[in-house]
Amino acid sequence: MPDSLAAQAMTRMTGWKSTALQGWGRSTLSPCLAARPERLRELRAALDTPEGRTLIAHGGGRSYGDAALNTDGAVVVTGRLDRILAFDPATGELVAEPGVTFADLLAVFLPRGFVAPVSPGTAHVTLGGALANDVHGKNHHHAGSFGDHVLWFDLLLPDGRMQRVSEAEDPALFHATIGGIGLTGLIAAICLRLVPVPSNALAVRRRRVGDLDEFLAGFEAASGATWSVGWIDALASGRSLGRGILETAEPSPTGLPHTVPKSRRFPVDAPGWLLNGMSVRAFNALYWRRVPAAGQEVTVPYRQFLYPLDAIEGWNRMYGKQGFRQFQCVVPPGPGVAALRRLLETVAAAGSASFLAVLKVMGPEGRGMLSFGMPGYSLALDIPARPGSEELFGRLERITRDAGGRIYLAKDSLLSAEAFSAMYPRADEFRAVRARVDPDRRLGSDMARRLGL
Amino acid sequence: MRETWLILGASSAVARAFAREAAEHGAALLLAGRDMEDLGHQATDLAIRHAVPAVPMRFEARDLASHAGFVAECRERAGEGLLNVFLAFGVMPDQAEADADPAVAAGMVEANFTGAVSVLGTLGPVLEAQRGGVVVALGSVAGDRGRKRNFLYGATKAALLTYLQGYAARLSGAGVRVLCIKAGPVDTGMTWALPKLPFMASPRAFAAAAWQKARRGSGSAYLPGIWWPVMSIIRLLPTPIFNRLDI
Ligand SMILES: Cc1cc2nc3c(=O)[nH]c(=O)nc-3n(C[C@H](O)[C@H](O)[C@H](O)COP(=O)(O)OP(=O)(O)OC[C@H]3O[C@@H](n4cnc5c(N)ncnc54)[C@H](O)[C@@H]3O)c2cc1C
Repeated sequence: MPDSLAAQAMTRMTGWKSTALQGWGRSTLSPCLAARPERLRELRAALDTPEGRTLIAHGGGRSYGDAALNTDGAVVVTGRLDRILAFDPATGELVAEPGVTFADLLAVFLPRGFVAPVSPGTAHVTLGGALANDVHGKNHHHAGSFGDHVLWFDLLLPDGRMQRVSEAEDPALFHATIGGIGLTGLIAAICLRLVPVPSNALAVRRRRVGDLDEFLAGFEAASGATWSVGWIDALASGRSLGRGILETAEPSPTGLPHTVPKSRRFPVDAPGWLLNGMSVRAFNALYWRRVPAAGQEVTVPYRQFLYPLDAIEGWNRMYGKQGFRQFQCVVPPGPGVAALRRLLETVAAAGSASFLAVLKVMGPEGRGMLSFGMPGYSLALDIPARPGSEELFGRLERITRDAGGRIYLAKDSLLSAEAFSAMYPRADEFRAVRARVDPDRRLGSDMARRLGL
Repeated sequence: MRETWLILGASSAVARAFAREAAEHGAALLLAGRDMEDLGHQATDLAIRHAVPAVPMRFEARDLASHAGFVAECRERAGEGLLNVFLAFGVMPDQAEADADPAVAAGMVEANFTGAVSVLGTLGPVLEAQRGGVVVALGSVAGDRGRKRNFLYGATKAALLTYLQGYAARLSGAGVRVLCIKAGPVDTGMTWALPKLPFMASPRAFAAAAWQKARRGSGSAYLPGIWWPVMSIIRLLPTPIFNRLDI
């Protein structure tokens, strides 16, 4: 057999295939060898990568940048490991494989009166991905991040050992893996606590907010709300800078009849011109007016409030073939307010056609060494990949850093190693744990290399 | 009375999806295969998601001597309810590998065909005695015509189909339906590393369609349906042309 054939046969036997993956922003195409285990045995086998390539886990692929990419390396896709392994309705404790998604949790447990304690903005995120980015939701101001609700996890270490990791037994590894962007091992099972809810619905209030100051005051007044989030028209400037909609929600005591979610698929890659400043401006104005001046109170299913974008499958194709990037930062209260204003001004001035910006009040610091969460304000916005957009990112990064804030790795694809170290003070602690569990550097990702991890 | 589905080869992605479908419809599950760790996980998953009884069971298709005891245990576990069978086990080593090593080829025949004949044969009287139930077995479009790239696997599935035709005739008197699904490629571990295949179905969509067929159909059926016209043409191609195709 010729060499190439022999190599082909080898990769077939171990289930590796040559492919190209993208982050959710679709701004780069990353060639790699990928395996997709369907059971634990195959996950273990995936540690043995062809040609000694480095390995990274890839969950639902909802990180926008390169956290789950490993160009010319190996990638293990975990979505097929989707079994629920235990549930105790008395405590809400759930044990599940890493490929179980928030959509699964909603389908299985909402009818029984439980929801995930923390949920990101799309239900297609896997529990493994949620742990590895220590994700947050619209209740971060009091519920904290995903990792705060995790009791333990099983971690398949690069040397093939399976370790049950908890805060009590191995605090360093526990805190390195929460938010550790997959660099400490392959998460094989997660134990977390779901929270009981009175019904399948939320009572949502929406109101228009005229500018940034009013927004911050609105958040302050709503600090007791279970859920809160602000949608900002990122193209509004001058006196309406920071104009938007403030949404708060509480569990509704009465439920809604069960409905099956309908989702539409974004049909094709949109042509680049679709997203020019004009069309986005019109959209944003409409979005703002949708909420009556007097405000609005509605009861909606959890799904609709938590995952509004999931109604259009593949919406990321709206940004066309070049893709887009998302900028998300958190800035501390105090100096952060001026920074928020400057960030919004910079984006509005660049006219870079960001649909909506999302503003959130953030609560406690996360438990992970590289957790994003910290007290302050988080701002997130999409920026289509166009000439000049990287430069714009540079300016936004500078403002964030000067204000003592940080950029969210789940969204990032551009941060420099130097800026990263300044924003994440526990990076060295993280490196030390990595050196302990992965001395031979068998794990690796584009993000890890870029950030000098 | 709750019906039971015995899933033979339950760790495969297609079988897993079918088991979820059956559980969603309230059936009890017997999950038979070799990877007990995995089957245990799957049983817990089904029990939690759908509140149905699900039991992992050790089953080795090539260990023919074990089949009688295995079938007796299945019958007992199914209790008073109807026992149905979804046969999904099968291996597909590389054709080149099987060409080079007759032992690999023979092992495949043993697992895919001999094993199936033995376990179905043993199940026959049990199904006849209950006077009802369904047997669904996974065939393959590869069984329609022997292709250069995959004829050994195809041959085992063609043999299985022929067996099932007679098996169906035998059991029909007892009111047992037998259905052979001629499966096109499904997006599973078996096809993951292969070059891009046409009309690939997701396990979930495949299982949902298979479940529908299992409710009513008998005989054989292509899944997804597009394979019926495709294979009709491929079967009709004149041999000299067919042999030159690199498929
Ligand atoms: C529409 C949308 C809305 C979003 N909203 C929010 C939000 O509100 N809040 C928020 O915090 N985030 C949000 N995100 C980001 C998203 O929650 C994170 O990027 C999340 O980590 C994605 O998880 P994933 O399963 O898609 O994993 P991927 O993106 O594929 O991977 C993420 C990281 O997890 C690692 N990983 C995955 N599985 C494992 C495993 N089994 N073992 C070890 N490491 C693993 C990967 O290596 C990678 O580093 C949003 C994303 C989208 C697309």
